[in-house]
Amino acid sequence: MPPVVDCDLHPTVPSLAALMPYLDDMWRETVVRRGLDELNTIAYPANSPLTARADWRDDRGKPATTAERLGKDALDPFGTQIAICNCLYGVQATFSEDLGAAMARAVNDWIAREWLDRDPRLRASIVVPQQNAELAVAEIERCAPDRRFVQVLLLVSGELPLGRRQNWPIYAAAERLGLPVGIHAGSTYRHPNTPVGWSSYLSEEYINQAGAFQTQLTSLMAEGVFAKFPNLTFVLMESGVTWLPGYLWRLTKFWKGLRSEVPWVADPPASIVQDRVRLTLQPFDGPPEPATITRFMEHMGSDELLLFSTDYPHWQFDGTDAIPAGLDPALAQKIMVDNPLNTYARLRETTQ
Amino acid sequence: MNVDVLNRTGIQTTNQSKLAIADCDIHPRPPGAGIGGVSKALYPYLSKRWLEHVQTIGVRYRQPWERGSAYPKGQPQACRRDAWPNGDNPGSDLAFMAEQHLDPNNVAFGVLNPLTSGQGAQDPELSAALTHATNEWQVAEWTSRDTRLKASVMTPFEDAPTAAKMIEARAGDPNFAQVLLLTRTAEPLGQRRYWPIYQAAVDANLPVGIHAFGYGGSALTTGGWPSFYLEEMVGHAQCQQAVLTSLIFEGVFERYPTLKIVLVEAGFAWAASHAWRMDRQFTKLHKEVPHLKRRPSEYMRSNVWFTTQPVEEPEPREHLADAIEWIGWDRVLFATDYPHWDFDDPAHALPLKMTEAQKRGLFLENARAVYGFA
Repeated sequence: MPPVVDCDLHPTVPSLAALMPYLDDMWRETVVRRGLDELNTIAYPANSPLTARADWRDDRGKPATTAERLGKDALDPFGTQIAICNCLYGVQATFSEDLGAAMARAVNDWIAREWLDRDPRLRASIVVPQQNAELAVAEIERCAPDRRFVQVLLLVSGELPLGRRQNWPIYAAAERLGLPVGIHAGSTYRHPNTPVGWSSYLSEEYINQAGAFQTQLTSLMAEGVFAKFPNLTFVLMESGVTWLPGYLWRLTKFWKGLRSEVPWVADPPASIVQDRVRLTLQPFDGPPEPATITRFMEHMGSDELLLFSTDYPHWQFDGTDAIPAGLDPALAQKIMVDNPLNTYARLRETTQ
Repeated sequence: MNVDVLNRTGIQTTNQSKLAIADCDIHPRPPGAGIGGVSKALYPYLSKRWLEHVQTIGVRYRQPWERGSAYPKGQPQACRRDAWPNGDNPGSDLAFMAEQHLDPNNVAFGVLNPLTSGQGAQDPELSAALTHATNEWQVAEWTSRDTRLKASVMTPFEDAPTAAKMIEARAGDPNFAQVLLLTRTAEPLGQRRYWPIYQAAVDANLPVGIHAFGYGGSALTTGGWPSFYLEEMVGHAQCQQAVLTSLIFEGVFERYPTLKIVLVEAGFAWAASHAWRMDRQFTKLHKEVPHLKRRPSEYMRSNVWFTTQPVEEPEPREHLADAIEWIGWDRVLFATDYPHWDFDDPAHALPLKMTEAQKRGLFLENARAVYGFA
């Protein structure tokens, strides 16, 4: 029986104290002496309904704090046999690159000990100090020998557009080590949280994550990342699916008109996406009527683009309705099993 | 999602019969100076104080260059090679525009959207002086000479009280069809500092067009400044998404229920998906924005329109009809963007199967309803 793979779940760092055993002496002392606060970003306020479904919170209101709880809430009910943990602790947002690197190391070691060691179904993405490509590469190389790390994790909004050459060492390392690069909703807050200035509301910020993905995919395209790293896959996580076709129509139109500016983009954007880009399922951001979803899926033009995700513990659906009504059952099967296995090379190692 | 350029099933010429159309995005431009400079054609409408200012300091925007736009265009002034009247700026000569565009394309109504008008200039009083001059110039050189053309009220939108006064001054003036804002302002356009503009527009019974571009100063992406003009052009859609979200979530349409917003030159194929996403988040986070009494998509359905150019071109083309249907056939307004390089020719753009009613709506009647063209 081929495994169902959930490609986006979020273990919660219960507190900075939980990471202390994984920091070296200097940083442990820094945390205490300087009174460091938690590195939870404003993207997911602790008590917001978006941050966790009510039935997925524990007695103290915290979601996803143990592997046991995650298994009970998010794996068993969906028949999930493999699940990829994407820890969203805000290590990428520290202004000190060194602090970011130390915290990323601690998070990855904590994930390996407290999650991967405790449930053989779990895999994880490597959290990296996105602030500095050199330090990020060092962390990728440090974690990659543990084959349970299956992906490199970046936040969609960092200091520079993701396609910019300063980020390329990260892509070179990921490609060399057979790791897709997962780009997740979230920001290091170096720039206003919308391209037209700071928004007033969390709702706006979260909605605009989809726009952030669109602009960063344009950046990866325009800068030539897909041509430079021909064996690298990008996975776009937690920011909607339905924006993709309309976005590609527009991108393709301007690519036709302005190709002379980016001559290294030799293939139509849609075919690059089909070969090299995947999206996690939740939130799907679909139309309310199942019949429209069926029609919309024709616009996607491929049954290989989507990867099953619950986005646990974030609230994207109720009960176990992670597959939007209106999706063809055969397609749902591909989304849950084949597409993830074809995306993450390292998953095959443990399932064959 | 493969681009199948050989499969042309379902593609047919749209408007061969040359029915009368409304063109909701035409760019007139004073002759001579470009961005950063001020055309001598505007001098008659500037006071001595501001004339001296533009001659000594010029116009400073939140971008690097003294002359020219932040990203070099694909071709000079981003204009069609064949649209330069006697070598002067495209869009600077009414007779030339009429002969090349208005007459052959049977434009019954054309909305003028000047783009080098001082909107977004850093000095707010200079912005007011230049936008006022541009308004005077539109009437003197365009709308008073060709009644097919309607002007936009240009304003120093970062100084909303002044902008509101300038809108008030044009209320009831048949030369003006709308208030024009740019997408990229200092803060998202739904925020309170801009509300006097909407109040004035509603009072004057003028729709508010929001055109792509602008000089707000925020990075063009939430992850910083991209490298290429291609990214700027594609990115207009994401900027407009943020503007639309801001207008809706700030409660602008609750406060001004009769306000009409026209989103210009950022496409529309993103709109349905964006509405679905807004509704989903609203379901979860509506307690954050209790001032919203309806779902976000309902405000979009009642208060927002989209101009077509640069129209998305999916393969197969029928998918575009879905994208229109999902936002409503009455929501789309035809536009050419004349004289710019990505001009949509009414005879060839939108090669879709449309009913006669859909075609008439899209090319003419929807605009008539929004702008009140007689």
